[in-house]
Amino acid sequence: MAETTAVKETTKEPLFGKKERKLLTDPLNDNNPITVQVLGICSALAVTSLVYPSVVMAVAVTLVTAFSSLFTSLIRTMIPKQVRMIVQLVVIAALVTVVELTLRYMNYPIYKQLSVYIGLIITNCIVMGRLEAFAMANKPWRSFLDGLGNGLGYGAILIMVGVVRELFGKGSLFAGSPVEMKIIGPTAEYWINTQESVLFGWYTNNNLMVLPAAAMFVIGIIIWIQRSYNSKLVDVS
Amino acid sequence: MDSTRYIVVFILILTSLVAVLLTGIREVTKEQAAINEEIFNKRAILAAVENNLPDGKTVKDLDDQEVLDIFNEKVEQKVVDMEGNELDGVMAEDVDMAKERKKPEAERRLPLFIYSNDGQTDYIVSVRGNGLWDEIWGNIALESDLNTIAGVAFDHKAETPGLGAEIKDNASWGRQFIGKKIYDSEGEYVSVLVKKGGAEKGNPHQVDAISGATVTSNGVTEMLYRGIKYYMPYIKELRGEGATQQGLLVE
Repeated sequence: MAETTAVKETTKEPLFGKKERKLLTDPLNDNNPITVQVLGICSALAVTSLVYPSVVMAVAVTLVTAFSSLFTSLIRTMIPKQVRMIVQLVVIAALVTVVELTLRYMNYPIYKQLSVYIGLIITNCIVMGRLEAFAMANKPWRSFLDGLGNGLGYGAILIMVGVVRELFGKGSLFAGSPVEMKIIGPTAEYWINTQESVLFGWYTNNNLMVLPAAAMFVIGIIIWIQRSYNSKLVDVS
Repeated sequence: MDSTRYIVVFILILTSLVAVLLTGIREVTKEQAAINEEIFNKRAILAAVENNLPDGKTVKDLDDQEVLDIFNEKVEQKVVDMEGNELDGVMAEDVDMAKERKKPEAERRLPLFIYSNDGQTDYIVSVRGNGLWDEIWGNIALESDLNTIAGVAFDHKAETPGLGAEIKDNASWGRQFIGKKIYDSEGEYVSVLVKKGGAEKGNPHQVDAISGATVTSNGVTEMLYRGIKYYMPYIKELRGEGATQQGLLVE
């Protein structure tokens, strides 16, 4: 029932008009879930010590927010109001389990590395926040775009933090993946060998960057930079 | 307000659909997931003999099929009990160290992997202990004299990145163990000490601790001492020493 009405509605509206574009791009900057709403911090601190797990986590969360928004929106008129949160949780938990099973099937080492944090996507405030705030009251296509945008906004920050932490903490990028880049370090494997280089002989990795606390500093600096050029954010909060 | 009956029916239908979907996906992916886990565990065991892999490869270079092939062709699996008897009908790869550790000491089973390549034989023993936050574990390869360490590979559940987690991440720290001896010159079992403040130069029973990770380093010392000692009755037998000494050693 809901599905057929959804199709009719979308044919009347442009598939990718101004509003839709705004839904997708707003969470990337002006309404970023991490830097503006300060949601989803737990996993942003925990998994960002390396870039590769950050990318996998970003993809996983994006899929979960996008599709849970889509499914919730599809059944939104049928959901009994008294138990709507439970229904949302069932949808999220099902999708997270699908992601978990898929990771085990496709890439076991990264599944081991992310361990509990995949399961904890269920409790990520961004996902349920979008369902409550948007998908329960909007049509499926727009909800899907809203979920996708928020997932991407979360993922973008995650990857930024991951790049900074891995580069300065370990001297590499994408460690553990097939495209691992060893950039700066004390052996000949690295592009800049600190043992031989005259310019970088003083350089050592910053061990603080490996610890979760460093993610807090990095996110803080990203928020600072974002607010200093984005005038829309100055009066918020 | 929706009626109670509607709510119950709605939830029942929704959860049943979800249950069927998830069971289906699990069934389809189950087999491959089990193989992935097997390869993951076997890589961890081969990491202990990384110095002696075919064609001078590292564990990273091996693809999944090569890992399985090496295990089929070059690894002999044995399971021994705490008295040094070999157990039949069980493969070493099926022994779950985490579960064995929960049993009383006398009932534990110990996995042993005997790896042969290029005429060199390594005995890989598995050890498990406590780090700072949670369990740590590792595979230790002993050379055929059952005294010299040929290589180690450690892993951990929740040690601090950059500190305790270095037991896994820092390859050069792990390489310190190569060539260390577990028996002293008089043939007494002493294991290897992870020494805070730096190992004495030339001491064959000491390696440097990880600075800032004293508890994890001590955990490794303790894990090695205990873990290898469990194998002593069997190792003694392999070294061809009298069975009468066994009682003394277990104590």
